[in-house]
Amino acid sequence: MKKLKTMNKNTKSNMITYLMVIVAYVIVQIFVVTGNMSSLMEGLLVPVCTYVILAVSLNLTVGILGELSLGHAGFMCVGAFASALFSLGMKDSIENDLLRFIIAIIIAAVSAALAGILVGIPVLRLKGDYLAIVTLAFGEIIKNFINAIYLGVDANGLHFSMKDTMDLGMGADGTVLIKGAQGITGTPKCSTFTIAVILILISLVIINNLVNSRTGRAVMSIRDNRIAAESVGINITKYKLIAFTISASLAGVAGALYAHNLSTLMATPKNFGYNMSIMILVFVVLGGIGNMRGSVIAAILLTLLPELLRGLADYRMLIYAIVLIFMMLFNWSPQFINFRKKMMAKIKKDKKAEKEA
Amino acid sequence: MALLEVKNLGISFGGLRAVNAFDIQIEKGQLYGLIGPNGAGKTTVFNLLTGVYKPDEGSVVLDGVNITGKKTIDINKAGIARTFQNIRLFKDMTVLDNVKVGLHNNHTYGVVTGIFRLPKYFKVEKEMDEKAMELLKVFELDQYADVLAANLPYGKQRELEIARALATEPKLLLLDEPAAGMNPNETKDLMNTIRFVRDKFDMTILLIEHDMKLVSGICEKLTVLNFGEVLVQGDTSDVLNDPQVITAYLGE
Repeated sequence: MKKLKTMNKNTKSNMITYLMVIVAYVIVQIFVVTGNMSSLMEGLLVPVCTYVILAVSLNLTVGILGELSLGHAGFMCVGAFASALFSLGMKDSIENDLLRFIIAIIIAAVSAALAGILVGIPVLRLKGDYLAIVTLAFGEIIKNFINAIYLGVDANGLHFSMKDTMDLGMGADGTVLIKGAQGITGTPKCSTFTIAVILILISLVIINNLVNSRTGRAVMSIRDNRIAAESVGINITKYKLIAFTISASLAGVAGALYAHNLSTLMATPKNFGYNMSIMILVFVVLGGIGNMRGSVIAAILLTLLPELLRGLADYRMLIYAIVLIFMMLFNWSPQFINFRKKMMAKIKKDKKAEKEA
Repeated sequence: MALLEVKNLGISFGGLRAVNAFDIQIEKGQLYGLIGPNGAGKTTVFNLLTGVYKPDEGSVVLDGVNITGKKTIDINKAGIARTFQNIRLFKDMTVLDNVKVGLHNNHTYGVVTGIFRLPKYFKVEKEMDEKAMELLKVFELDQYADVLAANLPYGKQRELEIARALATEPKLLLLDEPAAGMNPNETKDLMNTIRFVRDKFDMTILLIEHDMKLVSGICEKLTVLNFGEVLVQGDTSDVLNDPQVITAYLGE
């Protein structure tokens, strides 16, 4: 207890976030075990966790580094395909599901990190709107590139083509792993809610620890004042790239989670396109730029909301948009913030008055 | 040998000769003033010394090391730190963290150590906290340690900028109009602070200033810049009584 008091404000706030995630997990698990959760909702658990990881990882780029990235789904796509490919290929070699999945997640993180470095080196020279547009383009390139890949394996080894299955020229014993736009079929379904929540916690710990370290301060100093950061000896390129790469890498982890929740993985505009990137950005903005706990809450709410509104049929997306606008206004318009502060002050005052009376 | 030796420094922007044939020699421990009318090129000189601009010609030697044309971060590592005319703090970070960014290069651990909180993280962070608080105490900023830099009163923001610059353990400190926007009382405090910094940290300071009370009060030597060129150089009292200087400031 004494230790809790001496912790600084940031650590305390982070602990609350972790605790919140764990409590939410326990409550959901109770619902699942007692059979009080509809199968529709149960099917949503892993996707929700995927979005939470995407939101907190994008918040590292947007909130901590202070750069707008619109290509986050692209890194998720890289992670998804790299890990799915590994799991499919190693299905028979590694029997243990959990072990294979853990390796797949690591592969997803590493491959997405490499993509992050590759994209980051040219892109991070730009600032603001320009960077946003170029990351958007890179995200689309990654998605379309993966759509055009054909990959197969036979006794002679791997075959690669950008044309079609026939072009692979494989032997009779060969199996096609990636079928262009038809993607990867037969990925083992390893994603579970428990693993997903553990990955959320790991992502949160990585990001929060990073923010409260020497590296995080360097990154934030670049966000706050680039010229001043340089004047105290901060290597701008290096720290921008570190933040961007870690953010991409965690998006890759989310991709692995996503891929191992489906039996068929395809890169469509819907799952890895810019709609998705913007959706993730909406989570970040609504939850508060730089606020990890907010991102978690916003991602959960905004993923569940369309499902809860399902009864409204045709009006679903319309109502969703209106609710979104109101949530944005309520959370972030200066008038509302002032109003909330006033109300809080009034409540405090009343309490004080009561005490004195 | 002088701590800072600048010879024949010059830069043009398009057709404008912003700084021409600029020479200066600053001895260790000196409090040196750079003055001149608006647009004379004083801040440009600072930007040349700190690598924001690359000089077209001339050389800058700090403590025997040639730093001409190097990058800002390398010049900072070589030992020049600065403050800015329009305050540039890390506004959304706490006062303590602002100083800790200044400590970045002298107290190090890797990214992985930071993420996984290895033992070295706690050791170095503790060192940094102690060092940063020590610096904040010098400026009586320790009570504001957890406040966001943007919420500090104006005068305190200027002092925080100095504290942050000192955190990089420079050999030479450049102050760009430290008294700008301060009232006479604050200026007086600032003069004491600057003198104190020089004595406590054994620091060499070069400052740009328009406030003549401050300049004549604390600077031992002065260089007067006019239209990008050195007008007069020497001991403060001599320079301030020089008819050329009076003309440059007040007109014919």
